[in-house]
Amino acid sequence: MDKNMKILVVDDFSTMRRIVKNLLRDLGFTNTVEADDGKTALPILEAGGIDFLVTDWNMPGMTGIDLLKAVRSNPNLVDLPVLMVTAEAKREQIVMAAQAGVNGYVIKPFTAATLKEKIEKVFERIDG
Amino acid sequence: MTKTNDNRLTLAKDLVTALEQGKEASVDTLLTEIAGVQEGQLFQEVGKLTRQLHDTMTGFSVDSKITSMTEHDIPDAKERLQYVITMTEQAANQTLNVVEDVLPVSEQLNQKSQQLSEKWGRFLDKEMPFEEFKSMSAEITDYFQKSNGSLQQMQDGLNEILMAQGFQDITGQIIKRVIDLVQDLEISMVELVRISGRKGSESENINEPNLPGPVVPGVDDKEGDVAASQDDVDDLLSSLGF
Repeated sequence: MDKNMKILVVDDFSTMRRIVKNLLRDLGFTNTVEADDGKTALPILEAGGIDFLVTDWNMPGMTGIDLLKAVRSNPNLVDLPVLMVTAEAKREQIVMAAQAGVNGYVIKPFTAATLKEKIEKVFERIDG
Repeated sequence: MTKTNDNRLTLAKDLVTALEQGKEASVDTLLTEIAGVQEGQLFQEVGKLTRQLHDTMTGFSVDSKITSMTEHDIPDAKERLQYVITMTEQAANQTLNVVEDVLPVSEQLNQKSQQLSEKWGRFLDKEMPFEEFKSMSAEITDYFQKSNGSLQQMQDGLNEILMAQGFQDITGQIIKRVIDLVQDLEISMVELVRISGRKGSESENINEPNLPGPVVPGVDDKEGDVAASQDDVDDLLSSLGF
């Protein structure tokens, strides 16, 4: 896992973006960018250079699941690892996210250890 | 009405005949009967009004949106707001606990570093006997060891404070939903005022939110269709081959 990889953190709550960014920094990932919903995230992703996407689900404008679908339908982004960090916890939603091609799913509220474990798992599967 | 009219005419004719013939008893009976016709009409009117009122009341209660709101959403909103209180309280306590734990640690570090700094100054000014220098060296070694642990403890504490701020996202989402509910309720109340003069309003469908949002314990997890913890999510995903 490359600690210098560029990570895009998408959440409509700025406090949550700060928390995720700080946790990532604590894990050694300092190269992060932010977006507040799918609509603002997508152009950043399309511009290229993002190695990992961490996104919320419920956001105004464009939801995380729609962002995930857009990512998977873009040939340039189809293999981008995506971790969903969301309060949405209905079983059918988790299944929907899995079917849309999510690489990991963390429900809020979460712990630093959970985030670390899931990120490691995402890259274990990709690198391994 | 025609029947009543006919009836009244017959009664009137009978009354005139009775009066002409001087039959006082018959006159009394007939007068009472005529008054009875009047009362009957009044009862009919009251009856009609009662039915109207009843229909309107039924109309109110079958408005499914209002019913669902009063029976389900409002108590639900109360529990959600209660959960907001619980979460904010937890976050505040978690933060305060860490601060209370870490403050004395930082005070101790500060004190010790001031002491050592003062001694170190005397050493640099060559005012320190060799024996004291030896004890200071030991003190410095000890300080480095202890400060490592203390700084780690402070870092852990700061991380814990960081994590405690996650409540803002969750409670924000919950409060947004309650605001939506209040707005819906307001619209329904206005609608109710508008239709209360008329009968037969079509009841609206209850629209379930397509994104249920944060799970509020005791409210959203009753039907067993939500993942109650990260372990549940992991189990579900691994059953899907993750």
